[in-house]
Amino acid sequence: MIQMKDVHKVYDNGVTALSGINIDIKRGEFVYIVGPSGAGKSTFTRLIFREVKPTQGTIYVNSVNINELKEKKVPFLRRDVGVVYQDFKLLPKLTVYENVAFAMEVIESPPTIIRTRVMEVLDQVGLKHKARSFPDELSGGEQQRVSIARAIVNHPKIVIADEPTGNLDPDTSWGIMKILQEINDRGTTVIMATHSKEIVNTFKNRVVAIEGGVIVRDEQRGDYGYEV
Amino acid sequence: MNNEVITAMKFRTLLRHLREGVKSIGRNGWMTVASIGAVTTTLILVAVFLAVMLNLNQMADNIENDVQIDVMIEPTAGQEDIQNLGKAIQQIAGVESAVFSSKDDELNKLIESMGEDGEAWEMFEQDNPLNHVYIVKTNDPKDTVTVAKKLEGMENVQKVVYGQGVVERLFEFNKYARTVGLVLIIGLIFTAIFLISNTIKITIMARSKEIGIMKLVGATNGFIRWPFLVEGLLLGVLGSIIPILVVFTGYYYLENVVSKQIRYKFVEFLPYTPFAFQLSLIILAIGAVIGVWGSVMSVRKYLKV
Repeated sequence: MIQMKDVHKVYDNGVTALSGINIDIKRGEFVYIVGPSGAGKSTFTRLIFREVKPTQGTIYVNSVNINELKEKKVPFLRRDVGVVYQDFKLLPKLTVYENVAFAMEVIESPPTIIRTRVMEVLDQVGLKHKARSFPDELSGGEQQRVSIARAIVNHPKIVIADEPTGNLDPDTSWGIMKILQEINDRGTTVIMATHSKEIVNTFKNRVVAIEGGVIVRDEQRGDYGYEV
Repeated sequence: MNNEVITAMKFRTLLRHLREGVKSIGRNGWMTVASIGAVTTTLILVAVFLAVMLNLNQMADNIENDVQIDVMIEPTAGQEDIQNLGKAIQQIAGVESAVFSSKDDELNKLIESMGEDGEAWEMFEQDNPLNHVYIVKTNDPKDTVTVAKKLEGMENVQKVVYGQGVVERLFEFNKYARTVGLVLIIGLIFTAIFLISNTIKITIMARSKEIGIMKLVGATNGFIRWPFLVEGLLLGVLGSIIPILVVFTGYYYLENVVSKQIRYKFVEFLPYTPFAFQLSLIILAIGAVIGVWGSVMSVRKYLKV
């Protein structure tokens, strides 16, 4: 599903984020990306939907070499990859319903299908009753659930979550994790960068540790492995 | 898939963009008010200036069109000579009309134009010292001097009068006035474009983050651009409402109140219909075009995420 071969990333300001990443992620896997701050976790996740382009190396997503993807085709890659951000990235002027519907309008789904599908995912993340609220009227946990709803509404093959629980209290984090686990159980590949030892050690999945821009550990059903 | 389905989807998406654009006007509250305010102020300036310039231009035209050439006919010329002269004048290139005016007509005109003092001239009715005259008008007032030169050389012509010296200076002055006016109008329109598109740019800059998010969700550039285009169009159109009202009421007042108090013949304002409507249309067009242009240009900057 996702392959990276010798991927390097040096930012314009000279900071080296990744230096030689090789990884193969299969369809339906749930992968934690762990490691200290500044190790390159975020860069790693952002490479997959081309928010960041590698300086060197190749990346295949769904058997497409995304380095060679034309700028015009990038939106179509992003429609196959649902992304959940630590800071939610919701559109502030749109209601919860409209935020989720936006992702479907982008792919020009028929309005009747949009209505039923949006309400379906909002139900799945437990926010059906907040459909008409605006993002700033919601708690952090609720906003994150909206952003998950938006990420999955188009049935993406891959969901990427960059520290989705980073700003949330433990109880709320559990709720978020249950939703992500559920999505994964339905066959979606989930890649999640996280700092949470509790989560990694409780919901057992593949763990990839990145340090200093390289993968230092890759275990099926691994532990967090760092002291907090 | 057949083409019909694709067209149907496009149309639906277009409706969606229209809806989103209108919605955005409402939800951006103060930003919308600020943009419309800037558009309104600028367009009022443009409207007033255009009205003034176009009317001055019209007055210059009026003055120029009043220029006529009086061809004084030799008193010795007979009936036939006069008719031949008339035909010959018509033949000259650039002559629009040559109207014969007998010396009695000329005297009457003179008496009339003098008002009460004219009575003194009535004694000449018995022994009229004036000439028969051909009143010549040219197609283009600027040809006056050249036509007059040709008339002077003709047979049975005693004298040609067209306001020598004054007419040349008048045309010269009008030429400069028109050029200056045109330059000022162009300058003002550029200023308007700059001011309006700048305001719109600021409202969109405030939303550059939103544009980034839309891109990350997989929206194509076109998809993002359209609602902004609609919004820019609406800002321009809404901003031109007050200027248009100003044009209609202001010009109505000018035409019906002010113009009645001015007694110079050449001060004649362009008629309310259609001028007020034409001016409004120009204002609306400037507002709409700049609105669309300003928003599209500013969005383009943030689409490169």
